[in-house]
Amino acid sequence: MAKDKGGKPSIATYGDYEMITPHNPLRMAVSQVSDKDAHDDPVARAEEALAQLSSEFSSWMDSECERLDAARRDIKAKGFTKKTHQALFHAAHDIKGEAATFGYPFVAASADSLCRLIEHTPDMARIPLALVDQHVDAVRAIIREKARPDIVQIADQLTRKLREVTDDFLARENKDRPDVLADILAPPLSPGGQAA
Amino acid sequence: MLRIDFNRLRFLVIDDNAHMRRILRTLLHGFGAREVYEAEDGASGLEAFTHYMPDIILADWAMPIFDGLELTQMIRQPGANSNPYVPIIMLTGHSEKKRVTSARDAGVTEFMAKPISAKALYQRILNVVANPRPFIKTKTYFGPDRRRNVNPNYVGPERRKGGKADVIRQTALMDKAKVAG
Repeated sequence: MAKDKGGKPSIATYGDYEMITPHNPLRMAVSQVSDKDAHDDPVARAEEALAQLSSEFSSWMDSECERLDAARRDIKAKGFTKKTHQALFHAAHDIKGEAATFGYPFVAASADSLCRLIEHTPDMARIPLALVDQHVDAVRAIIREKARPDIVQIADQLTRKLREVTDDFLARENKDRPDVLADILAPPLSPGGQAA
Repeated sequence: MLRIDFNRLRFLVIDDNAHMRRILRTLLHGFGAREVYEAEDGASGLEAFTHYMPDIILADWAMPIFDGLELTQMIRQPGANSNPYVPIIMLTGHSEKKRVTSARDAGVTEFMAKPISAKALYQRILNVVANPRPFIKTKTYFGPDRRRNVNPNYVGPERRKGGKADVIRQTALMDKAKVAG
């Protein structure tokens, strides 16, 4: 795109703040077309491109799963440090975000439960390793058993139990932090963040 | 209806996860974009922003070195770089209300909770290109106007003193974040 970076912003002052309307060069990329000329569907093209990529999703999810497992093994070997704590969180966080896109929506909730456990335990040394193990093993099992016709129900049962135990633990660990507790126990905004 | 010529736009994708970068690149190319640059952490993202001068940034939140929020705050420093007004679309697995508020207050333009979809991404891009919000500068904030709705029942003090400003009616970030896909 020819970069039109020129044009000074207009500034209006309102007492204790300014409203700045910058020059919008991106407007040149927008055009008006009539409905009968709107046969080009960029969203459909993008979805088709993503569908062609989908043959790789299974191996991608396997590698994310291996990354999660490696993070867990690291913690068992070295304990919770800032680095191992972050690595485990990121691995679980990425699985949560990618699950639906990769075709494993039913694993997002278990990954989310692990994220909550890691993120909301105030003292990382008190995160129960057994509970971490249960989460990681559940995520791995759900991914491995994807082809089962009842995988959604299995994932749901596993996640409910994990979530119940985790919520209980987090409520105890955060009993002196009511504002944090309110955040932890509030429902997420997007349905992808909810337990199955 | 409005159509975007994606081949006229330059994108910068900043995400530490290679799979997610590939997905975003695939979607953007599917839309018709030809210039898509990538960075794998906040620091190289800032460098790429300065070097490539993208029209739109798609940034993840959780990244090493410094995260998407810190990156946004650095870009939004008025006078710190050539384009503090660049649209920043934050893509993240975080979906808690506190997170959305923090992203808004850091100066992100749009917020998208994962899982991403082609349709949701297209709509965010259309919004920033065709319907950009003005920027607000106060002592404590510099970024897109955060006011979205008029509440006719509000009876409290007028916090913004000195003259009536237009309020831009747009879908609140919270409401957008609630829509899956």
